[in-house]
Amino acid sequence: MTLQQQALPLSPAAKHDGSATHRGDYLLVAGMVAPGSKVLDVGCGDGDLLQLLESRGIDGRGIELSREGVNRCVAKGLAVVQGDADTDLGNYPDDAFDYVILSQTLQATRQPKAVLENLLRIGSRAIVSFPNFGFWRMRLQLLVGGHMPRTENLPATWYDTPNIHFCTIKDFVQLCDEISVKMERAVALDLYGRPLRLSAPWWFWNMFGEQGVFLLSRAGKAK
Amino acid sequence: MVKVQSIPSPAIHADERSQEADHPSSRVAQFGADQPLRLDCGIDLVPFQIAYQTYGELNAERSNAILVCHALTGDQHVFNMHPVTGKPGWWETMVGPGRPLDTDRYFIISSNVIGGCMGSTGPASTNPATGKPWGLDFPIVTIPDMVRAQAMLLDRLGIETLFSVVGGSMGGMQALQWTAAFPERVFSTLAIACSTRHSAQNIAFHELGRQAVMADPEWKNGRYFENGTHPHRGLGVARMAAHITYLSDAALHRKFGRRMQDRELPTFSFDADFQVESYLRYQGSSFVERFDANSYLYLTRAMDYFDIAADHEGVLARAFRGIKTRFCVVSFTSDWLFPTSESRALVHALNASSARVSFAEIETDRGHDAFLLDVPEFFDISRAFLQSAAKARGLSGDGA
Repeated sequence: MTLQQQALPLSPAAKHDGSATHRGDYLLVAGMVAPGSKVLDVGCGDGDLLQLLESRGIDGRGIELSREGVNRCVAKGLAVVQGDADTDLGNYPDDAFDYVILSQTLQATRQPKAVLENLLRIGSRAIVSFPNFGFWRMRLQLLVGGHMPRTENLPATWYDTPNIHFCTIKDFVQLCDEISVKMERAVALDLYGRPLRLSAPWWFWNMFGEQGVFLLSRAGKAK
Repeated sequence: MVKVQSIPSPAIHADERSQEADHPSSRVAQFGADQPLRLDCGIDLVPFQIAYQTYGELNAERSNAILVCHALTGDQHVFNMHPVTGKPGWWETMVGPGRPLDTDRYFIISSNVIGGCMGSTGPASTNPATGKPWGLDFPIVTIPDMVRAQAMLLDRLGIETLFSVVGGSMGGMQALQWTAAFPERVFSTLAIACSTRHSAQNIAFHELGRQAVMADPEWKNGRYFENGTHPHRGLGVARMAAHITYLSDAALHRKFGRRMQDRELPTFSFDADFQVESYLRYQGSSFVERFDANSYLYLTRAMDYFDIAADHEGVLARAFRGIKTRFCVVSFTSDWLFPTSESRALVHALNASSARVSFAEIETDRGHDAFLLDVPEFFDISRAFLQSAAKARGLSGDGA
């Protein structure tokens, strides 16, 4: 089982989407990438997002932790290598990519802050998506149930989850401020992968967003 | 006296092997005095010849050529019966119609390396200056020398750019050297079970093999052809030792365990009581039928000297700076001769060069030799890599 599958299985809603077999957040992420750019997908799982990007003429590369995931990607003809976001990003030179994508993986890294800094060293922009631990159903399970939350998208128990660094949308925004990362675009998706209203305030996103998707750039150095 | 049994004398006569060295049963490209091969050791090899085979058709754009580089004891006979042993080609699992290296779609070229003994100039070839086999008068060759010779062959064939260069083990070293030396001539590179430099352990094993050959009194300082002798015991031992390194503990255990060979009880002798002994002796004795002992010395030496980074101020990434070639690197979990860590170091260097690289580690217990065996996941990955590169190259999908 790949890291990504454990972290976020295919949303049931996406399967009913007749127009594409891609997850809603993939379509959103792919839409943030300018055509003709060079992209590194960190934690690329089975390569679905990379395939979507390549179909749009984007030069995509990937890193994946699990050997099975890597081999499935390579067998699809994708440029994917086995590697760990925590340890292997250091091998990439500065400004090697236009975008570095970290999709549903940040919460599974040992050093999320260092990883985030690396993303914006390697790429001029980073696209980060993660499950929002501040989502109302998470809060409810902890408040009322008194146990670690489990949802359809995050079904693992506390003792076998790869997700060791959960955060809320609010936490993530604070981290971005702390390390002077500029948020170019932020979207919160509901349980069905649909974007929440743009005009909604942060607290609303943090309560009703099931996941957050952020387009980031280096403060002051954004192109 | 306790019964002993050693490697038998080869059934194939030395004349037949030396015949193949000068007049191979394959195509030959001759290079005369006007086209010397500049060797790394400073000597110009002239004249020389390269024995090669081709399979499939070169398309009109001359854009579908794949060079297959062979490993230490391989040769150009990838997909045809071997002229000495009568056995099938050494990579018929990988090359052929519908195979990953699809002969219906690609034009496959394979050549015997310089220093080899199957028709490209090497120590078993006749030295034109003396009319006798070169023996140890043959200059030391390197992996870059092999690749330069192959580049001259491609010039002769009128092929400017390779769609792909593919090889495992020493063949993978050549594939990497090709890409580092001629990046503009290589569209894609499939490097399997190899490394950018030979490790100390591997040099040590090679030295063991060379000393086994040289310790055989029939080696006679490399002049065994003239003396009518053959260092089959030394070469056989070298092959047996090397063959262990191509397998794995798990594979040996699975294949042989401690099982006895055609007997229930030990014979209390040095006969081949165990199946694994019998197997190794067979490997040793069949190898000496087809391979030249001096060639074994030269080719192992070439691998020992291989170190791409050393030619680029010790920084591997510099060898591939700005490269546009698409790479696929494959390693096998149980390969302890060219372990995954070596492939990973290559991949890190390629990442640092922003090269387009795929890297897959295949789970198998079959050791280094896995690249020659039937490993479906390896074939799937090789096929997909080439197909994706073919798409990028604009090669048509339904054959030439």
